[in-house]
Amino acid sequence: MQINFEHRQAAHCENGVTTNLLRFSGIEITEPLAFGIGSGLFFIYIPFLMVNNAPAFSYRTMPGLIFKRTCKRLGIDVTRKKFSSPDSARKVLDECLLNNQPVGCQVGVYYLTYFPKEYRFHFNAHNIVVYGKEDDCYLISDPVMEGTTSLSDYELSRVRFAKGPLAPRGQIYFPHLNEKVTKEKFAKAIRKGIKQNVRDMLYIPGPVAGVSGIKFVARKILKWHDKLGNHKTGLYLAQLVRMQEEIGTGGGGFRYIYAAFLQQAHDFIADDRLLAISEKFTTAGDLWRDAAIQAAGIFKGRLTQRADFVNMHDRMYQVADVEKEAFTQLSKLKF
Amino acid sequence: MEKKDIPQDHSALVNYIRELCYAVGEDGNYETANSTGWEVKTTALDVAWKDIETRILDAKDKVLRGEVSPVLFYMELRLMDIKILSAYTGFWQWTIKRHFKPSVFNKLSEAKLKKYAEVFDISLKELKMEHFNADKL
Repeated sequence: MQINFEHRQAAHCENGVTTNLLRFSGIEITEPLAFGIGSGLFFIYIPFLMVNNAPAFSYRTMPGLIFKRTCKRLGIDVTRKKFSSPDSARKVLDECLLNNQPVGCQVGVYYLTYFPKEYRFHFNAHNIVVYGKEDDCYLISDPVMEGTTSLSDYELSRVRFAKGPLAPRGQIYFPHLNEKVTKEKFAKAIRKGIKQNVRDMLYIPGPVAGVSGIKFVARKILKWHDKLGNHKTGLYLAQLVRMQEEIGTGGGGFRYIYAAFLQQAHDFIADDRLLAISEKFTTAGDLWRDAAIQAAGIFKGRLTQRADFVNMHDRMYQVADVEKEAFTQLSKLKF
Repeated sequence: MEKKDIPQDHSALVNYIRELCYAVGEDGNYETANSTGWEVKTTALDVAWKDIETRILDAKDKVLRGEVSPVLFYMELRLMDIKILSAYTGFWQWTIKRHFKPSVFNKLSEAKLKKYAEVFDISLKELKMEHFNADKL
């Protein structure tokens, strides 16, 4: 049994799942629009959450929020379920597929057989769509892959019940379409998305998140260098770059997606300032990439001087300033 | 980043996926294109793996010297930390820390050893390091 589901590759898994599921329901949406309406852009440093023995960084909102917010703002109802046992999880999934409903699943990456071994860490917030079942195999549309693939019943169950931080607990979700989404509704959702993103990046309390979080990490780099030495700081920076650029997490990439979102938002809200601000985000993305190159010099062991770490610090401050300016301009748009 | 500047370097993804990237096209509008990888990312991943390998080798040496039990070695080998191992086995974190002691590990019941073997995806003999061959792993 197979649902007539169109697989489209995306830069990021949750964007991709959201876009593909909504497109299946007949809504013309693109990845940047889903990302922007869901207020996906973010920065947070989570010192107490150690991932592979280095602190966690994220360049996007909490997993699950992009789908939730995008659907809510477009006025679409959502079903989301977690399970305590693999058996009940499988039963509900099979029922959905019988009802011709493709389903978004949160999974862990470590046991995901079709991923290259180098990328299989214990990371539990990956998203895929299950769109059919043939014999004992589930048909999988993983948005970061170019084509569709499949997983056996055992393999799917294993990744759905991966353990550890952010354990998926078999979580599934899918949208219900109740009415047609009009262009006005889209424009309204876009405004809401921008507004929340401004709030998240500029006014979130505490030092570790938003624009001030970027500066916080920049200062931390110098402290790590003093306390932990070159090698360890290099490891932390490698983590920072991996979280920024690696598949499905692309942080610098997210800035480009957000820039693309503002361009596409212009089709719904005719305000030329959006295009100008979009260019700012392109600059921010470029700066992130330059910073990554500098970091690479450090963790390769090519750059070892104190000045090189200060350089990294300055670059991150620069990024923070550009993003702050861009969001401040967004906050001043009255629409 | 402009579309023509999207890096096409060699990476571990080469035979699996070409990533999708957003970049500015010639007319100033955003377009998508595929990329085989970026050298900076590949090095970051290499650094992470090198760190993991050192940790595994360290753990192996400690086990061979009899300082810790094989549980630590297999935990590192499977890229886990105590939190994740605790979630998979259902043992408390402090219990697992106790099991790192060879004296405690040697007295573990069959059932507990089986639990570890199952989670690490190995046989009981391998867990007890009777057939230990690190090169094979």
